[in-house]
Formats: sequence, C-alpha cells, structure tokens
Amino acid sequence: MSVWIPLVAVTAFWLLVGAGGPLLVPSGPNRGIIQTMIVLTAVCCHMFWIIVYLHQLNPLIGPQIPVKTILWIHERWGDAKGELVSK
Amino acid sequence: MCLTQLFLQNEAAYACVAELGELGLVQFRDLNPDVSAFQRKYVKEVRRCDEMERKLRFLEKEIKKDSIPMLDTYENPEAPQPREMFDLEATFEKLENELREVNQNEEMLKKNFAELTELKHILRKTQQFFEENEGERQALDSLAMEDAPSHHDGTKLIAEREGQPKPHLKFVAGVIQRERLPAFERLLWRACRGNVFLRQSEITEPLTDASTGAPVNKAVFIIFFQGDQLKTRVKKICEGFRATLYPCPDTPQERREMSIGVMTRIEDLKTVLGQTQDHRHRVLVAAAKNVRMWMTKVRKIKAIYHVLNFFNLDVTQKCLIAECWCPVTELDRIQLALKRGSEESGSTVPSILNRMDTSEAPPTYNKSNKFTQGFQNIVDSYGIAAYREINPAPYTMITFPFLFAIMFGDLGHGTIMLLAGLFLVLQEKRLEAARIKDEIFQMFFTGRYMIFLMGCFSVYTGFIYNDAFSKSFNLFGSSWGNIFPFPLDEKAREQAITNLGGLEASPMLIPEKAYSGEPYPIGVDPIWVLAEANKLNFLNSMKMKAAILVGIAQMTFGIILGYHNFKYFNSKLDILYTFIPQIIFLSCIFIYLCLQVIMKWIAYDAAGGYSVLGYFYPSSNCAPSLLIGLINMFMMKSRDDGFVDGNKYCNTSIPPGKPGGCNMVGLCHLNNWYPGQSFFETIFLLTAIACVPVMLFAKPYILWKEEKQRQLSGHTQLVQV
Repeated sequence: MSVWIPLVAVTAFWLLVGAGGPLLVPSGPNRGIIQTMIVLTAVCCHMFWIIVYLHQLNPLIGPQIPVKTILWIHERWGDAKGELVSK
Repeated sequence: MCLTQLFLQNEAAYACVAELGELGLVQFRDLNPDVSAFQRKYVKEVRRCDEMERKLRFLEKEIKKDSIPMLDTYENPEAPQPREMFDLEATFEKLENELREVNQNEEMLKKNFAELTELKHILRKTQQFFEENEGERQALDSLAMEDAPSHHDGTKLIAEREGQPKPHLKFVAGVIQRERLPAFERLLWRACRGNVFLRQSEITEPLTDASTGAPVNKAVFIIFFQGDQLKTRVKKICEGFRATLYPCPDTPQERREMSIGVMTRIEDLKTVLGQTQDHRHRVLVAAAKNVRMWMTKVRKIKAIYHVLNFFNLDVTQKCLIAECWCPVTELDRIQLALKRGSEESGSTVPSILNRMDTSEAPPTYNKSNKFTQGFQNIVDSYGIAAYREINPAPYTMITFPFLFAIMFGDLGHGTIMLLAGLFLVLQEKRLEAARIKDEIFQMFFTGRYMIFLMGCFSVYTGFIYNDAFSKSFNLFGSSWGNIFPFPLDEKAREQAITNLGGLEASPMLIPEKAYSGEPYPIGVDPIWVLAEANKLNFLNSMKMKAAILVGIAQMTFGIILGYHNFKYFNSKLDILYTFIPQIIFLSCIFIYLCLQVIMKWIAYDAAGGYSVLGYFYPSSNCAPSLLIGLINMFMMKSRDDGFVDGNKYCNTSIPPGKPGGCNMVGLCHLNNWYPGQSFFETIFLLTAIACVPVMLFAKPYILWKEEKQRQLSGHTQLVQV
C-alpha cells in the first residue's frame, strides 16, 4: 500500500508543475519558450525519479556491508522487521 | 521570409542602410557577384575606412603602452554621415602625426641623455685613473732618467723611439658593456703586444639601452698607449667591441669644467624629456576618451559601404536597387526604418519596398535573445535547419543540461556549478564591458545560461542519486535494516560476530529479509553508499537502465519532431518511407528492450515463488538477463521455455530431486520468460531488418524515378514543339 503513496504524490506534483505551470507564464514574446521549458522540465524530472524508484522497488541483490558497519546500522537505524537470521 | 526589392535614392541610400543596420532584421543579397573587390563602386570609401582603422589601432597600442584606461560607455553611437567622415579622417591624421613626432623626439632625447650620462661617468672615473697614474708616470720618468735597464718594455721602447726625457702617454676613454670587458682586455693585450695599459671601473647603476629600453651594465675604461699606430689599432678594437669612445680632456681643470657642463646639460635634458612625456601623456589621455567610440563609428561606416557595394545602380543612374530577405512579420518595422532614413538624408523621394515572388528557398532565420543564443549556436553547429522546419533549439534548452546532469549528478558539485553560472549571469553587464580577450573565459561566458541550467539540474539529479560530495543523506529513513542477531551479552555477541566472519567480513543483507518492501521515496537508498563491496553492481545496473530509457525516449521524441516536419510540408513520401520504417525499427528493437526493462522491474522480485506471465518463477537467480536476452534475440538462439520443469509450483528450500523441490530448466535466467517469446522476437528482428533497405533506398529510388519521368515528359514536349 505504501508503495503507492510516494508514487502518487510525486507524480501529482510534477503533473501540477507540468500542466499548471504553463498557465502561470505572463504573456510576452517568450511565452511559448517558457511554457515548453516548464513542460519538458516536469517530464524529464518525473521520468528520472520514477526510473530510480522502480529500480529499487524489487531489488534482486542486497548490499554487502562490513560487519562493523552492520553493528552501527543495528544501533542507529534498527533491525529489519521479521525474524533475525544467524548466518 | 520574403524576398523584397528596395529602391533607394542615391543620397538616401547611406542613411537608409544605416537605419536598417541598426534594426538587424534584413539580409542583403549580393547583386554584383562577378565584380571583383577592386572594381566595386565604393571601394575608395572602404579603403579610407581601412586607413582610419589602422590609425585607430596605432592609437590604441600607444594608449595601452602607457597603461591609460580607455573609457567605454555603453551607448551605441550612430553611424556618422559621409561628410563627417572627412572630419574624422583629419582628426586621426593629426593625432597620428603628433604621436609619431613626439615618439621620435623622445627617442632622440633619450639617446642624448644616455650619452651624456655615460660621459658623466667617464669624467668621474678618469679623474681617479689620472690621479693614480700620476704616481706611476713619475716613477716611469725617474726610471727613464736613470737610464737603467727596466723591465718595463713599454717605457724602454718609448725612450728609444722618442728619445725624450719625459714620455708623453696618450689615452682614449670610453664605455663598454660589462660582459665584453674580459675579452676586450685580452684582445687588446694580445694585439698590442702588451704595449697598452687598460684601467677599468664598473658603473654601479645600470643604464638603459636607448633602442631596446632594457637595462645594461656598463663599465668605464681608459687605455693608455703611445704612438699613432697603437692609437689606430686601439680605436679599431674598440669599434669591434662596440665600445663608445668619448673625448676626455687632459688637464684636471678642463675635466672639471666639462663635468659641470655635462651636469647642466643632463639637467636640461631631464626637464625637456619630462615635458615631452607629459605632452605625450596629455595627448593620449584626451584621445583615450573617444577611441572606443571612434572605433565603433568607423566600423559602422565600413559596414555600410560594404553593403552599399552589393547594390545595383539602375539604368537611369538615379537610384540604387537592392534585394534582401526580410521576415514577413517585421515588414512594418523595416518600412519605418526606411522612412526614417529617407527623412534624415533630406531626400524628397521616399524609398520603395517591393515584395517579390520567388521560388528560391529563403534563408532560415531563428529569432533568439541573449538566453537562447547559446543553445541556438550549439544546435546550429550540428547543421542549420531548412527553411520553416521545426527548430530543435527550444527543446535542447532543457534536455541538454538534463542529460549533462544525469552524467554529473552530485549535490555538492552541482551547487558549485550553479553558483558559478549564477555569478556569470548576474555580472554579465560588467564582464561584457571588461572585454576580456582570453578565449577560455569567453567560452564560459557565452555559455553562462547553459552552465547555470546544468548546475540547477545537477542539484536535482544529485538529490535523486543521493550523492553530495560522495556522501548520502538519510532523509526519509532507509528501507533496509539489519537481519543478524547481536545479543547484548558480551560473549554471545563476540560469537555472533565470529559467525559472520569477523569485523571486516562483508555479508550480504539479503533483500528477502532485510528489505522492508517499500522503496526509499525519493532517490537512492542511503544504505547503498555503505555497501563498498557491491554498491557498483546495483548503481551501474540502475544507471545503465536509466540511460537506455532516457536515451530512447529522446530518440523517439526526435523522430516525432521529424514527423511533424513531414506533415507540415505534406510530404507523403517522407512519411511513408522515412518516418514509418524509422519508428518501426526503433520500436521493434529498442522500445521492446525498454518494455522488457520495465517488466523486469515490476514483476520479478528477490523471493519468487509465484507465476509471472504464465511461467513459474522460483527465485531471484531465475530473473531474466536482459542483456544476454537481447544478444540471444539477435543470434536467434533457441532457448528453453520457462524456468522450472513442468512449470508448476515448487519450493526452493527443498533440494532438487526431492519431491516438491525445484528442477531448473538449464540456465534459467537465459530462458524464455513469456510464452511465444521466440516467435515474437523472430518477427521483431525480421521486421527491423526489413525496414533497413526501405529507409536506405526507397526514397532515393522514387525521387530518381520521378526525375526520369520529368526528363522523359520534357523530351516528348520538345519533340511535339
């Protein structure tokens, strides 16, 4: 479920920027260019974010971390939910 | 863009061209292409402008030599009238002559000054020599008087030759460069067989060489000898070593008088020299105020006459005809400019602008301002678009910095780049006026908006890569956690650590247990920066897939822009034989690859144990390899279908062979992973291969056939006639 929250939130944000931004541009000789730039920025940034997000959605490998760093993680960030395994 | 003809009165032509030049919206065509440069109508005026430019450049050089700052106002002086050109020419001529004269005088004065300074030193030093030598001379006299054999060959010779009781030594005095002195001495001694006597003393302060202006160290010398032959020989040697000889009086009183005279002359010269330099400085300062403005004016005049050379004189010799390309939307402004020009020149007949119909392709004009200019230049360097084609520059304004940022991607370095770009942008007026000639700086300055945008996007991609000077932030809480038990009891903890392999070992936090199931919301999870062993495995795979997706998206976007071009020009030929094969080729191979990437992301996870697209997926080691899959597609290799035997549910924890366990089919990450994959891939490959000859040959063949048809029908028409 909470896989969707960031997805919807960020997509909605860039959608707002990409669709609403062009309407806010003051009229002048450069209106068209600024609108193009806003839309392209929204598209590029959103696409890049979603690529990184999807890549981390179902990771096939995990990080190989030195044991002393794992001890630090154990103390500062906490353990994973579920049962702990001994190697 | 339309082709227009301008009819200008002879008197009004200059002013009209000046006004059009200020507008900058018109491209003139050369109506006299086969006339050489020397036969053009206004070649004399252009030559005069060249002369004026040369004089101005000479002035600028002199001003720079004296380090006077040249005033640069930002105003744009208007092109002066033709009659003003005579005034300008006269001013420049006067200035140039004055400066040359002053320079010449200064050089002469400096030379005199140098000579007088050397003379002063000589007089001072020779006083010493003569005092010392008086004693020796008296000794020599006494020796000669005694008539005893002496070891001094010189005196014996002198006594025998002259037969006089008191030998009278002659001398020459001069100044020579210090470095040449030893060789000079040696040569003198050898050539005169030791019959000359040299005394020398260094001048402590360095003198300035008149021609080069560099300081040189000199020494005063005085040579004593007797006889005229020796004198000529000594003089020749001095000439050879470029030593300057000075007439030095014999008696001390004369020397003293000369010294005083020399000092007064030196003082006088110093004053005159000072005044000359002051005068020169004043002239240059007065000129420096206007030099830049004059340069602009002269350049404008030259440009106007250059353009006037393009014009054609009509039959009645009363007016000039010009042809130019103008944008249709700006015709009003051009008309206004022409009216202004005619009024200024006081001509009664107005200039006429006449639109012409032509089938020629007009030149491409892309409107740009200071922001878009940089990007337009980059796009133009690949090739200027044909008339009325879509200008790709507005899109590159974002995609170019964005692709740079994907490669650069660091919050810290991105911020530095952003600040640098911001500085250049905010200070652009000042930096432009400073007229820095350094090429590298100019490169950065023209690209200042690009650098600013690249910095902005680099900050964003740096945030997504979670990379600030190679350190990460943990803003939302990592999605990965520790999976190994570390009991609080000391001994048990030690045991646990040993079980893992010691403090330096690097076990993997397997995703089935360590990963919480929800990815880090924005960016790369901060745990990866701690995983020194296999961080690159993960990040490289991510960046490669990002590159493929972004790159192919951009290629598709480009092809679709091309499609819009074809639609605008109603070129069915292009749509059928260029656009459609291109898009089919792209989709069959690369968009198919992109879809595979997205599918693998969404459907295949670490644990496995469910069916995907009809095939049972047991565990992550069966996740399909995309790269090798693509290679196998091209090689049309036959592969097994599915991952496990029988394609039914199996339990990976039970070893293979036992009931319920998994029997993988071959190397399961290389197998087909959806039913019908071999069939579809073969179709895609063959379609893509079929598109290639269509893209290469279809359009040229059809154009060639049309051309032949045209020739044929042209021939038949001729025959009929």
